[in-house]
Amino acid sequence: MTGTRRDGDRTTEQGEADGERATAGGVTTPRPREADSPPTSPDPSTSTEPIAPWRVIAPPHPSPPAPGSPLRTSLALGAGRVVASMSRRLRLGSGGMIGGRLALSLQPGLLARLAAGRRIVMITGTNGKTTTTALVADALRSRGAATSNVTGANMLDGHVAALMTDLSAPFAALEVDELHLAQVTAEFAPSVILLLNLSRDQMDRVGEIRTVQRSLRTALERAPQTRVVANRDDPNIVSIGAGHPSVTWVSGGARWMHDALNCPRCGAFITDLDGPWRCECGLTRPEADWTVTETGVIGPDGAEHELNLALPGHVNRINATFAVAAAVELGCDPAEVLRRVADLRQASGRYSTVLLDDRVVRLLLAKNPASWLEMLDLVSGHDRPLILAVNSREADGYDVSWLWDVDFEALRGRSVLVTGDRGLDLAVRLRYAGVSCEVAATAQDALVRSGLEPDVVANYTAFRDLLSRSVAR
Amino acid sequence: MSAEGVRIALVLPDLLGTYGDRGNMLVLERRLHWRGIPSETVTVLSSSAAVPDSCDVYLLGGGEDVAQTAAMRVLSRSPGLQRAAARGAPVLGICGGLQVLGTEFTTGDGVRHEGLGLVDAVTEPAGERAIGEVTTDCLLAGVGMLTGFENHLGRTRLGAGSMPLGRVTRGIGNGPERAEGVVRGHVVCTYLHGPILARNPALADLLLGWAVGAPLQPIAEPEELAALRVERSRMRARNPK
Ligand SMILES: [Zn+2]
Repeated sequence: MTGTRRDGDRTTEQGEADGERATAGGVTTPRPREADSPPTSPDPSTSTEPIAPWRVIAPPHPSPPAPGSPLRTSLALGAGRVVASMSRRLRLGSGGMIGGRLALSLQPGLLARLAAGRRIVMITGTNGKTTTTALVADALRSRGAATSNVTGANMLDGHVAALMTDLSAPFAALEVDELHLAQVTAEFAPSVILLLNLSRDQMDRVGEIRTVQRSLRTALERAPQTRVVANRDDPNIVSIGAGHPSVTWVSGGARWMHDALNCPRCGAFITDLDGPWRCECGLTRPEADWTVTETGVIGPDGAEHELNLALPGHVNRINATFAVAAAVELGCDPAEVLRRVADLRQASGRYSTVLLDDRVVRLLLAKNPASWLEMLDLVSGHDRPLILAVNSREADGYDVSWLWDVDFEALRGRSVLVTGDRGLDLAVRLRYAGVSCEVAATAQDALVRSGLEPDVVANYTAFRDLLSRSVAR
Repeated sequence: MSAEGVRIALVLPDLLGTYGDRGNMLVLERRLHWRGIPSETVTVLSSSAAVPDSCDVYLLGGGEDVAQTAAMRVLSRSPGLQRAAARGAPVLGICGGLQVLGTEFTTGDGVRHEGLGLVDAVTEPAGERAIGEVTTDCLLAGVGMLTGFENHLGRTRLGAGSMPLGRVTRGIGNGPERAEGVVRGHVVCTYLHGPILARNPALADLLLGWAVGAPLQPIAEPEELAALRVERSRMRARNPK
């Protein structure tokens, strides 16, 4: 999509707006979701408005030293840290974002300087970024300290913040928003880039898949030395990675295919998506280097390793394989890495079992048709009580038409509680799917009415709100 | 309508099906089922040999520019949809579907494309995308308020041979003259997602009545659907103009 919106155009239909847009590099790009995003967030390099209150702490240097000078770097780092810690104390959030933003505004080239000399893995894709980033960070720790943007701040200021938290860590695992990877590779060359998948997400904000593809291809063109680990079962990802000189291909099976029925290069229909397809334009399904099987994973050496994850679902076996491939690429011992990814239980609350209103609840995040497919798969395997929560705030996208692309028919025979801003849309969708459901005004209300130990599947802001109210078990 | 029941054609969902457009098919199928009328969905993919002309109702959704022009190629090569429309079969086109069914559309890259011309409508890109909740008063008798969500760059001017589907009471719609959508005979086009038939059961039943050749018996609407219509009609549009 090509439309632009100014802040004045925003309505706060649901009383909340987060994840707004930033103008970066002269191109209007959407801001990704951010758990601790402040209410306004223009481009740090051109506007000083949102950080104005912090000027007291770090006034601009009267005659600024040349960019990149040691004094300027340490000033920027220091100011960023002070702000981050104040932000934490004032309970404005984890502090990562605002500290990183300030530091970046004081020294635009800071990211490249912070990245210098480190082995950095960048993780992007529509779904699974946060979980895979946690898996990669854990895997890298088998060789040394690794820093990561675990708070979900996945643009350049979040990367600066993550790298600032541990200046001596030789490794970093950084989640990056799909439309911001090109800005990262303009600054420095990561050691490894993981391209997980690409599907429709927030159509009213993020725009066309084609736009995202173009941006990711630019990102890879800027990083010819980087090792790319990419999903060979997603034609959109194949199209992005195919031109890069060094790609490791991961195969986990084709799942959500509605956004990849036609060739991303030429638009021709791709027959046999599960097989060795080859489009008439030349785009071809690559041979897999890593293959996820029912029980394990086959590596480039042809040996099959067992993969028993604490995280549920086939989708996490794919995520873990990406993490293993990245860690092995950076010299980690495969056996040690496999053991580490197997032990990870949750990532930023995803898949975690928590206490909510004194009830034991498992929290599952599903934010677009592809991730709902995975989560419904997960909950279809048991008959625990089920609560579905869908919001449509700015960070979720206002349009929930995609609910009709999700096969809720899989829940037939179940009794489901629905809630969230769009509980009624869900209820109508479930009615047409033949699933009986009850509408609860709030999540608390749903929990009271639910049976014991429910699974809660929620989209972004609904999940975030539940997580923030929950207590770890 | 044949012995097997109502045949619903889902036209090119691989190209035109980006915004939950499949939902319109699900709604028609269920509303027939609730009345004990059998139905069959015929999915026409861009790889299909031909577009059948024997279906009772045709559904087209929206898609990205490239997909929209690819859809245009498939539909003009195999004119089953045009033949069905000519004999009065109802056709529903959403968003990109509206533009394809119109006489002419210009894509974001400035290139002009000929449409199928089933409705008299010319679409050009605007400076700004229309995104948000829309409410209209439907001009088709008995339908009443329409509620939906719009997300489109195109602005559509209607020619003398077609009328709007509704008058915009909130949101953008086609752009000019507070018109939304376009109707000619049994061809109904709109920018409203939701999907539109899920949010507006009266329009769904009108199309089904045309498809079977007689008005359908009313059914008790689910109470959450009435509540949803009330809730949505109270929402502010995101781009009030
Ligand atoms: Zn091709």
